[in-house]
Amino acid sequence: MIPLLLILIPVVCGLAGFFIKDARAARTWSLIVSLVILATSIIGLVALNKPANLHFTVDWLPTLGSKFALMMDGMSQVLCLLTAIAFPIIFIATYNNQYRDARNFYALMLLSQAGLLGVFLAADGLLFYFFWELALIPAYFLCSIWGGERRIAVTFKFFIYTFVGSLLMLIALVYVYLHTADHSFALDSFYKVKLDYSTQNWLFWLFFIAFAVKMPIFPFHTWQPDTYEQSPTAVTMVLSGVMVKMGVYGILRWVIPVVPSGLWAWGDTVSSLAVIGMIYASLIALMQDDLKRFVAYSSIAHMGLMCLAIFATTASGMQGVMIQMFNHGINIIGLWIVVNQIEQQFGTRKMSELGGLAQKAPVLSILLVVIALANVALPLTNAFVGEFMMFNGIFTSTATKYSVLLTVAAGVSIILSAWYTLNMIQKVFFGKTNNLTASAADVGPGARFALVVLVILIVVIGIYPTGMLNVTKSASEFILSKMFLQ
Amino acid sequence: MNAIVLSAVFGVVMMFSGIFTAQRQAIRTIAIICLALLLVGNIAEQLGYNFFRFNTRNMLVFDNFGLLFNSIAFGSTLLYFFLSGRDMEKVGVNLAEYFALIFFVLCGVAISSSFNTLLMLFLGIEIISIPLYILTGTDKRNLKGNEASLKYFLMGSFSTGLMLMGIALLYGVSGTFYIDQVIAGTETVSPLTIGGILLLIISISFKASAAPFHFWTPDVYDGAPTVFTSFMATIVKAAVFIAFIHLFGSSFIRLQSEWQFIIAIITAVTLFIGNVTAVFQQSVKRMLAYSSIAQAGFMLLALLAMNDMAKEGLILYAAAYSLATIGTFAILAKMKDYTFEGFNGFAKSEPLLAAANTIFLLSLAGIPLTAGFFAKYWMLAAALKTGKFLWLVIFAVICAAISVYYYFRVIQAMYFRERGVHGETIAINKSFRGWLVVLAAIVILLGIFPQWLLDKLYFL
Repeated sequence: MIPLLLILIPVVCGLAGFFIKDARAARTWSLIVSLVILATSIIGLVALNKPANLHFTVDWLPTLGSKFALMMDGMSQVLCLLTAIAFPIIFIATYNNQYRDARNFYALMLLSQAGLLGVFLAADGLLFYFFWELALIPAYFLCSIWGGERRIAVTFKFFIYTFVGSLLMLIALVYVYLHTADHSFALDSFYKVKLDYSTQNWLFWLFFIAFAVKMPIFPFHTWQPDTYEQSPTAVTMVLSGVMVKMGVYGILRWVIPVVPSGLWAWGDTVSSLAVIGMIYASLIALMQDDLKRFVAYSSIAHMGLMCLAIFATTASGMQGVMIQMFNHGINIIGLWIVVNQIEQQFGTRKMSELGGLAQKAPVLSILLVVIALANVALPLTNAFVGEFMMFNGIFTSTATKYSVLLTVAAGVSIILSAWYTLNMIQKVFFGKTNNLTASAADVGPGARFALVVLVILIVVIGIYPTGMLNVTKSASEFILSKMFLQ
Repeated sequence: MNAIVLSAVFGVVMMFSGIFTAQRQAIRTIAIICLALLLVGNIAEQLGYNFFRFNTRNMLVFDNFGLLFNSIAFGSTLLYFFLSGRDMEKVGVNLAEYFALIFFVLCGVAISSSFNTLLMLFLGIEIISIPLYILTGTDKRNLKGNEASLKYFLMGSFSTGLMLMGIALLYGVSGTFYIDQVIAGTETVSPLTIGGILLLIISISFKASAAPFHFWTPDVYDGAPTVFTSFMATIVKAAVFIAFIHLFGSSFIRLQSEWQFIIAIITAVTLFIGNVTAVFQQSVKRMLAYSSIAQAGFMLLALLAMNDMAKEGLILYAAAYSLATIGTFAILAKMKDYTFEGFNGFAKSEPLLAAANTIFLLSLAGIPLTAGFFAKYWMLAAALKTGKFLWLVIFAVICAAISVYYYFRVIQAMYFRERGVHGETIAINKSFRGWLVVLAAIVILLGIFPQWLLDKLYFL
């Protein structure tokens, strides 16, 4: 019931949103809808944690062996919670942004939320593919209509990149379906499939390319900085806060349990790519002047670490990934909110043109510094919990003989992240004010509220992560058990 | 048999209606009524009511598969009449003849979906082709149209000659035309049989515009009046594919190992040429012509797979592809400027048409929630089920991704670019918009519940 509500509400209300005439009414409508979804998600997490309420299955395409099956386990719960928290925060933080044809903008945002939730809830292979594409289409329109100057070409590149990946994933899904015992796309049937090792090894790549493009992992990352830069910031928040988690989720839910042998065969290759991406992206982030590209590259580094931790195949690493999916979403959205505020106020995103904001906007600066330090994974912040567990997992990994080397390389990228983050803070917030920032006003109530909520979440999860760890525990143990079941 | 007789009779009725009335509205209404009756007659036959009893000596066999395809073809043509009937008036003075020719084409469609001998196949394909040669050249003052018509006629006749040669070779070996007996025995396969099969592959590939026999397609589709291109590119192509799969599924299946690889190569070349050339087109009409070649490539996957899923998939593909292409051509026919720039800012000036066009283009590209997605899915799944040709499936999928580029060019022009000097349309009236909405709704409904159509294959 809960999963069905989580998808139906944004779809129906999103479609209804196309018909609202007034821009402000549309904005309020979407905010209310997203809060309702948040309430539903929290209910699903807390009160109704009985299995019956967390499953929903209905016949859809019997000859294709596909049902409309939704399921919420611990990992889905956390990701749905992330999505449910992200959207109201985004709407509140960007409340003062003006969009032309605002009703279409907000309706498309709600539809993209429906697609994202569907990806995290789908328990059927074809349905998963369906929602995977459906999450992409509203994002395509959102970026192409309301984006920056080069939006059309950049978004098109993003679309085609993702589409090629998804089509390859479709082939893999159909192939596995044809080998299921009961000819069905259901997740359970996929888990019971026995394929020989060589088949699993090339199937792994068909699956993995789709998820590698999403996360993104070097060398499939070239779409990301441009797309993040050219999209309207609210959409970038969705893309980097929630949509990249689709990639990690896909690996955990659909790749590892289904083709575990691929994990072992290609673990070293993927880990190397991830580490190369981390260091490469961190170095480029150091050189960035544009705030949006800066955050985009730092996001690549973080996702690379998550990928590395998955392929380390340890319990600690896996738990770290689970919690870090949530944490990274929260932190990166916080960063984007600040970028949005700066862009709205000063009309520029260049760090070289800003400076000394701390003098004029102390609240913003305090909140940003907390969020930025969370991005660097300082202890007491949520990201520290996740990263410590992931590093522990990578270091103690028995899957690869390069575990120490990988840990050191990942550690280098963390040092680089501290460097570029503090560099950014110094350039934008500290130092002297210039003409542009002399008349800076502090952050408005909407963004202030959003940032405070995020900071509270950061600190609370940083001090008391047990709740979230418990929710994802069984899911992470299940995935680990599948990794070793050959 | 209902469909064959009724369509021929109605064709004649349409010809005579041109004598009795000069009012275009009346002629169009008569055509729509006749086609509706034709569709009803065919559905009646699906339900078991045969109005005509002829002893065809088993030369024509009416099974669920063929009759369902007839219904799809007639239904699509009905929607096509509703949408584009008015545009046909603008082509020339002989409106009644155009409708008559279309009815005769439908007669050929009905024959080619129910043939049981090679001669009937020939008859069906010819009855489809000859009215089309005429329809291509209906705009007598257009030089491109004249060229297209002559090109189509000459090359079509040549390929028909090849088909007859192939049939003659097969007859020479087996002594019979009946398709279930023409490949008899499996001991030794005569080279004449292989030659006959090869010639038939070549000639039917020509009609279906599969590469490397596709060279006539862009020029003919581009030169013909847009209204008739719409009909040619959809229903006729689908009918040829149904004939193709019927022939190969019933008859040549025993020698599948001989021709399967050739079909695989033809499929790969078709997909490649169709998609890559479409990318570079400047005219939307020509782009759609090349894209129809690419779609033919996808339909060939069904031929390759030749299992139950392939047959279901071909029915779904025929329906999805016909509906989407009729829709997008109908909108294209209303534009004065056929280039991509002509669509700039279309979403602002005609939001409903732009939205409908987007749905049709998304269906052609194979995006989920549209009928085209499931059509492509069925093809891919059918091909994967054979266990061989994984390389072809991956290649087809990459080509599908390439196709997104040129379909989305139109969507991008409509939604993301400002309107320039181009972009005027011919007058659009309410009924056109209404039928467009109906068509778009059908495309989406088929995209959510494809089972509804496929169930009709098995139970009625």
